Amino acid sequence: MSGLVGSRLAMRAKLWRHPRQMVFAALWYVFLGGAAVAVIMPYLWMLSTSLKGTAELFTYPPTWIPRVWRFRNYLDAWNAAPFALYFFNSLFVALVVTLGQLVTCSLAAYAFARMEFKGKNVAFALYLSTTMISEQATLIPSYLLLKELNWLDTYMALTVPFLANAFGIFMLRQAFMTIPRELEDAATMDGCGRLRFLGQVILPLTKPVLASQALFAFMNNWNSYLWPLIVTTSKHLRTIQVGLRYFVGQEGGTQWGIFMAATVFVSLPVVLVYFLVQKSFVEGIAMTGVRG
Amino acid sequence: MFGGELRSQCNVLALESTGRYPVPLKSVKNWWLSWGRETCTAYLFLLPSFLVFAVFTFLPVIFSLVISLFRWNLPRQPVYIGLDNFKWLFTDPIDAPAFHQSVINSFYYALGGIPLNMAISLGLALLLNRRLRGVELFRTMYFLPTITSTVAVSVVWMWIYHPADYGLLNGLLLRLGLPPQSWLRDPRLAMPALIAMGIWKGMGYNVIIFLAGLQNIPAHLYEAAEIDGAGEFAKFRKITWPLLGPTTFYILVISVINSLKAFAQIHVMTQGGPLGRTTTIVYYLYQQGFETFRMGKASAVAVVLFALLLVLTFIQFKAVGSRVYYYD
Repeated sequence: MSGLVGSRLAMRAKLWRHPRQMVFAALWYVFLGGAAVAVIMPYLWMLSTSLKGTAELFTYPPTWIPRVWRFRNYLDAWNAAPFALYFFNSLFVALVVTLGQLVTCSLAAYAFARMEFKGKNVAFALYLSTTMISEQATLIPSYLLLKELNWLDTYMALTVPFLANAFGIFMLRQAFMTIPRELEDAATMDGCGRLRFLGQVILPLTKPVLASQALFAFMNNWNSYLWPLIVTTSKHLRTIQVGLRYFVGQEGGTQWGIFMAATVFVSLPVVLVYFLVQKSFVEGIAMTGVRG
Repeated sequence: MFGGELRSQCNVLALESTGRYPVPLKSVKNWWLSWGRETCTAYLFLLPSFLVFAVFTFLPVIFSLVISLFRWNLPRQPVYIGLDNFKWLFTDPIDAPAFHQSVINSFYYALGGIPLNMAISLGLALLLNRRLRGVELFRTMYFLPTITSTVAVSVVWMWIYHPADYGLLNGLLLRLGLPPQSWLRDPRLAMPALIAMGIWKGMGYNVIIFLAGLQNIPAHLYEAAEIDGAGEFAKFRKITWPLLGPTTFYILVISVINSLKAFAQIHVMTQGGPLGRTTTIVYYLYQQGFETFRMGKASAVAVVLFALLLVLTFIQFKAVGSRVYYYD
């Protein structure tokens, strides 16, 4: 490890020592900066459009900085469709799913991490196998099942199917296994039950993992589209993504200033959360995406 | 359930101090204390998640196979027709070409962007794999499209691809002296347009995975190569590329899997058109199931999709081990 850091530092020092290295460093910034601009451009275009009046939308060549800043677009968009309701639906559903997943996942993860029981390996393999089955492939039977249960077009349909997540269980299990077993033995000696030990010792000790797990669950649910599109038909149950799609679809595609304003406030919460926690978030992806 | 814990501990303590139980235990009770109760507790802990998986994952998988054997056009009752749905998918004069086209479209979408996507991602990851000021900022920015919802991103790109002259991309083409295009309404260009957006959206994830792979390559290999006088290109060809192999393969398979699952961007941007050129397998399934409500036929498509995804996922698990990934 120290060798690695040492060589990196040497690399950094070397980079600025020589004029040729300075050219390299400049090129490095040009390439990465260029890519960053390309990535950010659609966001800037979205922001710029969201502040334009109708007349300015349809001018050639396109302008990047609106001549007149029309903040009214945001108000108009917000009032043009029941976005407050859509926000509430998405927030409610995502919170229920996130909290529910934390409960079911920590219980299951604790069993897999710390208990010896018959059929453990089979159960674990079964749980992991659910990650191979995609939502798209089971869409039809799940829909028919909800129809039978009379759950179509209810909050149940939006939440209950997502109350467990094998990735979450796997990640929490990894985290729980790092808690020293001696701690549990000592607690058990003092008469502490399993459930209490999980709630009062393990969960507080693995807060960062729980937090990133919660974040993943929340974001995935907030951004989900196919499932809410299919299981809800009435307007008052639409989530924000479905609501946005119908809002843009119904107007026949001319009100782009207002559409972009709506798109800004639909994507803003997740982007804000991402910027607040981006470091741990990105590291989490790097760690869980490819380990070892 | 948990109250007996203390007593069993007392028994163990007594056993340790005196060498025998204070109260002689029957063998059944003994088994219950050592194995049965733990197993029972464990299954109680697993129960909530297991119920969800059983009802909303395992049951639908089996149910899917069963439904595919029926003609089930809602709201009518299902009729058993054996393997006819599959037969139609592959031989029917109307269904077969449409399904065939959707398979081709899916693979066009999945494979079309991969070489460019991986080249860009790897290039950026190599550039980011330096300790220079600003690395984290760039990394954060590249990842932004991945966390933004597909619907929001699709709406923005619809506006970028707007067919009129004032569309951003057409404006750029006009400035370069090229003719404007109708992008999403052009049968030849709709899919490449979706692919381009897909590259933009998925790149950040690939960069992070590549970067993690790069950082796992031991630095001493590069140091040894430098001592031997290897140049940057030789180091890349002899060290980086081979050692990055598993990561590259992982990204390749994950990209194909995720592309095959794509739905939101198609539903928002093209609705499978123009002329069915962006109707992928998933979109075809959606049309069969939720536009014409032919549940049996849609299930047959789902079974084919399921088999396809299963094979790919299996390859991924086999080749790279049980690595976990996020993000659809």
